[in-house]
Amino acid sequence: MTPLASYLLVAALLFAIGLAGALTRRNAILVLIGIELMLNAANLNLIAFWRYGPHPEALTGMMFAIFSIAVAAAEAAVGLGLVIAIYRSAHTTDLDQINRMKG
Amino acid sequence: MSIAFYPLAVLTLAGGLGAVLLKNTVHCALALSVAFAGLALLFLTLDAQFAGFAQILVYVGAVAILVVFAILLTKGSETPESGIFSHTWFVGLIIAAGVFAVLGWAVLQSVNALPNESAVPAITVHDIGNALVGRYVLPLEIVALLLTAATIGAVIVALHEKEGAK
Amino acid sequence: MFVASPISVASAMSAANLDQIFVILKNWLVAFLPPFWQPIAGVILCVVAIVGLYPALFAIAVLMERKGLGRMQNRYGPNRVGPFGLFQPVADGIKALIKEDVVPFNADHVVHFLAPLVLVVVVFMSLAVLPMGRNMVLVDMDSGLLFFFAMGASVELSIFMAGWSSRNKYSLLGAMRAIAQMVSYELVLLLSSVVVVMISGSLSLVKIVDAQATYSGIFPHWYVFTPWGLASFVIFVIASTAETNRSPFDLPEGESEIVAGYFTEYSGFKFALFFLGEYVEMFSVAGLGTTLFLGGWSAPLSFLGVIPSWLWFFLKVELWICFFIWLRGTLPRLRQDQLMTFAWKFVLPFTLLNLFVTALWRFMGEGWARWVVCSVILAAAYVVFGRLGLARRHVGPRSYRYAE
Repeated sequence: MTPLASYLLVAALLFAIGLAGALTRRNAILVLIGIELMLNAANLNLIAFWRYGPHPEALTGMMFAIFSIAVAAAEAAVGLGLVIAIYRSAHTTDLDQINRMKG
Repeated sequence: MSIAFYPLAVLTLAGGLGAVLLKNTVHCALALSVAFAGLALLFLTLDAQFAGFAQILVYVGAVAILVVFAILLTKGSETPESGIFSHTWFVGLIIAAGVFAVLGWAVLQSVNALPNESAVPAITVHDIGNALVGRYVLPLEIVALLLTAATIGAVIVALHEKEGAK
Repeated sequence: MFVASPISVASAMSAANLDQIFVILKNWLVAFLPPFWQPIAGVILCVVAIVGLYPALFAIAVLMERKGLGRMQNRYGPNRVGPFGLFQPVADGIKALIKEDVVPFNADHVVHFLAPLVLVVVVFMSLAVLPMGRNMVLVDMDSGLLFFFAMGASVELSIFMAGWSSRNKYSLLGAMRAIAQMVSYELVLLLSSVVVVMISGSLSLVKIVDAQATYSGIFPHWYVFTPWGLASFVIFVIASTAETNRSPFDLPEGESEIVAGYFTEYSGFKFALFFLGEYVEMFSVAGLGTTLFLGGWSAPLSFLGVIPSWLWFFLKVELWICFFIWLRGTLPRLRQDQLMTFAWKFVLPFTLLNLFVTALWRFMGEGWARWVVCSVILAAAYVVFGRLGLARRHVGPRSYRYAE
């Protein structure tokens, strides 16, 4: 198995773990944690392809990953602000209880 | 591929598993930081030093702290009374397993067709800087705008409303 | 291979060799091993030297602080243990080691145990990129400055772990205050270092020092002697005082307020580790400030270059530490909201303007015009931001609120 394939498998596994976390946990913040794991797995994919692909001096993969890190940080900030706002109105972060459009 | 890949991969996956399986939310956030650190080290084994250090600076130094603050502000550190997994957990697990199966199959099928350059890319921070203000200046400016909008948005969304608060 | 006998070593003792003595010593020791093991042995030797040196400097700094603070407060510091109290650190060390390690019953044991370890590991790693003398840096990384700040950002996580795992409201409050303060001033620290990167054109600390180690006549090209460099240096000093939780920014560990902040539930060796981590963080931030602004290991006047470069580096770092101690003894503690207001409403706009002024300096070309323009802009900005900050205090008649 080539080195690139091992990195891609690790990234795929991390993505699946993050997806499982986002889909099965009750707490809204843990869903966001799952989403962050998925974004990180995609970053690993990008850097691995940059390293082992042709023309690494074009820096495409590295740039993509750096911008992805910046965007993920912004998204985490807004998402957590939303969770705090929801907590303030519903007094819970349990997603199974936030199941009505009202409120 | 360096010998450090296997322990680092195990560390990252263990951190990821901890982040989604642990009962205490703060422990999940700390396991997430371990996963981030493991990923940064994996970036270093891939000769992407700038991305690795930026990962630690942004994710461990900022996103992990954000998550921890959000957990503390929403009383997430108390153990919930009705279990930590949603009542539809089995379907979620099946979907995640399915996604991993598809991705794993795609990778293993195309192992021989994947590129495999072994030469270490001779990239300096100078080149990254040139690329950022040369070829990628438009994405740079857009990301700057996005970060400003996200900062203002996060503050407004989480702001305490003085009047009309229940 | 350098064959060392006492005579040849003594005869090679010229000024240049005194400067490089540690490098020569390392090469001589490493030469005894087969070539395959030499790089690893060299690195291990350097790591052992750093890990041994900085705790020794920590012991000296603790003693200096207690004696210095004592004199500033018109009293003797510790003077019982040894002549003039010089063996006080030894006594402190023995006490810390044999004290009982009390962990609260409700505390989260794993996280409580890991927090001081994470702090000490991260802080020592940040020492790896500092050039402590000519050719004396452990790892010459292309993005050394970014690595340093990445390690500095990880300290906040360890503080949170310490504060939360103690299950104590004082600890948690202290940890939250500390993280809020560190996050605000980390931004300021980064921005004030960016100007140095702009002018020297590299993130590598070795190249930054090399750019400052040149002389025009007898005067050095240190960045602190330029208008933007002086402004950045002052901001860096303020931000580094806040980053290491030193007075006047030591509200998170204010001894008179919240017991000991996030240290409250730590005793014995773990407390000693936290203390060590804090002081070594002070040393590493002082080392970074020296490297970025004070010319690292270069001498202040060109004819003083006979004194070894590593001696100059540690002299400058010790000056920083004395300045930190002096600040602690002089200024009162800032309140949390005063601290944050100061960071976000004064220091940060000033730092952003400084970035612009540095760019102006770079593109105005050589000559006296750029000195005048940059100095005038910075002085005017300082006055304007200061006046704006003071003017908003509407101090009206005092109003009382009672608990109804």
